[in-house]
Amino acid sequence: MTTTTTPPRSRPHEDPPRPTALTLLLDAVRGNMRQYGMLIALAFIVVLFQIWTDGTLLLPNNVSNLIQQNGYILILAMGMMIVIIAGHIDLSVGSVVAFVGAMSAVMMVRHDMPWVLALVLSLLIGAVAGAWQGFFIAYVGIPSFIVTLAGMLLFRGLTQIVLEGQSIAPFPDGFQNIAKGFIPEAGPYTQYHNPTLLLGLLAVVFLLLREWRDRRRQLAHALDVPPFGLWALKCTAITAAVVAFTLTLASFHGVPVVMLIMCALLITLGYVMRNAVIGRHVYALGGNKAAAKLSGVKDKRVTFLVFVNMGVLAALAGCVYAARLNAGTPQAGLNFELEAIAASFIGGASMSGGVGTVMGAVIGGLVLGVLNNGMSLVGIGTDYQQVIKGLVLLAAVGFDVWNKRRAGK
Amino acid sequence: MTGPVLEMRGITKTFPGVTALSEVNLTVRPGEVHAICGENGAGKSTLMKVLSGVHPHGSYEGEIRFEGEPVAFRDIRASERRGIVIIHQELALVPYLSIAENIFLGNERATRGLIDWNETLRRASALLKRVGLREKPQTPVADLGVGKQQLVEIAKALAKEVRLLILDEPTAALNDEDSAKLLELILELRDQGIACIIISHKLNEIRRITDSVTILRDGRTIETLTVRESPDAEPRLSEDRIIRGMVGRDLDQRFPDRTPYEGEDAGQVALAVRGWTVRHPVDHQRTVVDDVSLTVRRGEIVGVAGLMGAGRTELAMSVFGRSYGNYVRGTVEVGGREVVTKTVPAAIDAGLAYVTEDRKRYGLNLIDDINRNISLASLPGMRRRGVVDEHHERSVAERYRADMNIKAPTVFEQVGRLSGGNQQKVVLSKWIHADPEVLILDEPTRGIDVGAKYEIYTVIDRLAAQGKAVLFISSELPELLGMCDRIYTMAEGRLTGEVARADATQELLMRQMTMNRS
Repeated sequence: MTTTTTPPRSRPHEDPPRPTALTLLLDAVRGNMRQYGMLIALAFIVVLFQIWTDGTLLLPNNVSNLIQQNGYILILAMGMMIVIIAGHIDLSVGSVVAFVGAMSAVMMVRHDMPWVLALVLSLLIGAVAGAWQGFFIAYVGIPSFIVTLAGMLLFRGLTQIVLEGQSIAPFPDGFQNIAKGFIPEAGPYTQYHNPTLLLGLLAVVFLLLREWRDRRRQLAHALDVPPFGLWALKCTAITAAVVAFTLTLASFHGVPVVMLIMCALLITLGYVMRNAVIGRHVYALGGNKAAAKLSGVKDKRVTFLVFVNMGVLAALAGCVYAARLNAGTPQAGLNFELEAIAASFIGGASMSGGVGTVMGAVIGGLVLGVLNNGMSLVGIGTDYQQVIKGLVLLAAVGFDVWNKRRAGK
Repeated sequence: MTGPVLEMRGITKTFPGVTALSEVNLTVRPGEVHAICGENGAGKSTLMKVLSGVHPHGSYEGEIRFEGEPVAFRDIRASERRGIVIIHQELALVPYLSIAENIFLGNERATRGLIDWNETLRRASALLKRVGLREKPQTPVADLGVGKQQLVEIAKALAKEVRLLILDEPTAALNDEDSAKLLELILELRDQGIACIIISHKLNEIRRITDSVTILRDGRTIETLTVRESPDAEPRLSEDRIIRGMVGRDLDQRFPDRTPYEGEDAGQVALAVRGWTVRHPVDHQRTVVDDVSLTVRRGEIVGVAGLMGAGRTELAMSVFGRSYGNYVRGTVEVGGREVVTKTVPAAIDAGLAYVTEDRKRYGLNLIDDINRNISLASLPGMRRRGVVDEHHERSVAERYRADMNIKAPTVFEQVGRLSGGNQQKVVLSKWIHADPEVLILDEPTRGIDVGAKYEIYTVIDRLAAQGKAVLFISSELPELLGMCDRIYTMAEGRLTGEVARADATQELLMRQMTMNRS
């Protein structure tokens, strides 16, 4: 048999036109439409209520308050986002919050356990609760909706059993500080809270260093980088935002402890989801489970760990909430799962999994938080607040669906 | 003899970029069993979709006359109303509904919206008797074997007062006994005046029960042959004659020149599979891969030919981390050492890679970008201080975008937006970067255009020239003949032959691919 050979059709690789600052900016925005859209929406909502409340919203004490009010929801939302990226859902987190809060109360109040030990044990209980659910979801193969619906009932019931239907209080001061405290003041008297200024400075240095290192490494790998001017602008914007926020906090009591916890989580989880192998595997699993399995992703183990992580975060949120209330109560954490799920979807998650970022969950959570806080400040009743939050969720996801359909055409 | 039951004349159907059918003619006489033969992709299913209204009137050119009248079906319901019923290879029964409910699904025996259960059950019993199925009409379909389900499908067709029954690969999933029963039933229906079109790869079945056969190739009617003069006569047509019609085409595809691998270890066996046997994941009675042994040497491209359902993909996937079916026995050696590949990560570590035939379902994360799809199978190797080095990852993706000529503005383009050929290049990049010893390529050129095919062939040749062992599964015989050093053939889960490139012809391969047990 003869096979004649012709060279492959010559298709010279066409270089795209040299990117300009504007096209790069637009590309970046388009690539993460929902997240940028939500960041813009968040800014809009902040400005709106800032005007509406005659400047009360961004007063230092209200900003502190806002962070402490929403800390536990944001912690839950970060875990929930990862669960949703993996293609699952967790309906049990509200009940786990209550259960862990109750257990911590029993340990500290009834058994006089040192609060640090109790905190560690509480997180461990959360891990076990997550492992319990993760086992049924990953290894037995029961859908997460069912397993966590069962968990919702189960842990709520256990809470009531543990507490015998009553609240247990009060917690030791050290424990309460997790939710209500600020990092301690140090050094000479200035107009501002010194450690907060220091932390702000560190944050600026850290962020700028990272930007600079990224840029250098991109150049080293001969990749396209944005022009220097645009990059400098981005750095300036980051610096300005951090400085403004730092000064606001520093002119009140400083950085709340919850915020420290949240930032640590945001940095760690964001980094893991973006750069660690397991994080990538979570995205792959949510995007196409069959393809991920055939590419060597250990689907069961990854799913299991996602739920263990959610359990630990729910436990942490449980402790923060209990500390804030200064009591373990049977009704704690009611509907928290729905708030966390809403925050994730507003922040860019997709029902079918595979998309979203931890930062997005925080932005989504803040949108809800600022709405809550702002509407309360201007005196809108909780009845109307619910209506408005429902509409915001619908609008955020609806906008995304519309935007995707338009892009698909 | 009266006029034909069905006449399709000059049917041309095009999809964007592809002509699936071109001037196809088909004539079915009353009371005959008519076979349609052709290679995978010859246009058999498309022709049946045109006939049954899946591709509605207006989306194709040509004329269809049924029982003497011109017809123009808008959808399946319209064709069913005229008595044309198609039974697909994958049965369309609802497993948790009863036999009776399935028979009358979409065609319920009802008065004013309420189902008349007495009538439903009475008629279902009568229909079951007619197809010779001894089951209660209340039995859920899930409790029946595939053979009995096939009979339920036929009962369902009879309930619609079928005039022309179309069966797509009806015996592909059946064992010998069930097949024989089904073929008997088809003959009985023919004697009751129901014409039947049967699409089948099994040439001995075609000879046994059909009266004439139409052969399609590359979307064209090649010929219509008479199998027997009268229903009771002996068949006159030989299997060889049908095969010649199916494959008799000139090679119109071109293949790049091979550069032989000249490393020191050239000719060493890279992959050896011995006695590999796998059962169906659900139906444990069925052996899908039966005692298959094969070898691939370094720098060698070895083909696996077989028709649909021959067990090629099942063999490949079960070797690759037991991703299919229930493993019964068999061993795998990579580079002369026996490896246990119970999981996909183990298979990857052992030096295997499997490029799936269904890239959208099993190969890609369509909502993610090129960058991350390429890195997915080799993330652990891209770590720097425990985490993925994104810059390294991106430079890898950029390299493959250039090397493989993936047409996309950036490596951050969503994979779902690429064309089939470019998607396939992404999947190949992923596995090439995982640096395996052995690549199993399952239909690597399915559904992509000629230009991209040539590029993929070039990549495959380059891999072989670098000393990789390539196992090349394909349904296109010219492709295998043009690319491979040796070709194995499979039929019904068994290896039925091994041919060196020099001795291989399409006729020989097709003969081995259609060898079945009965």
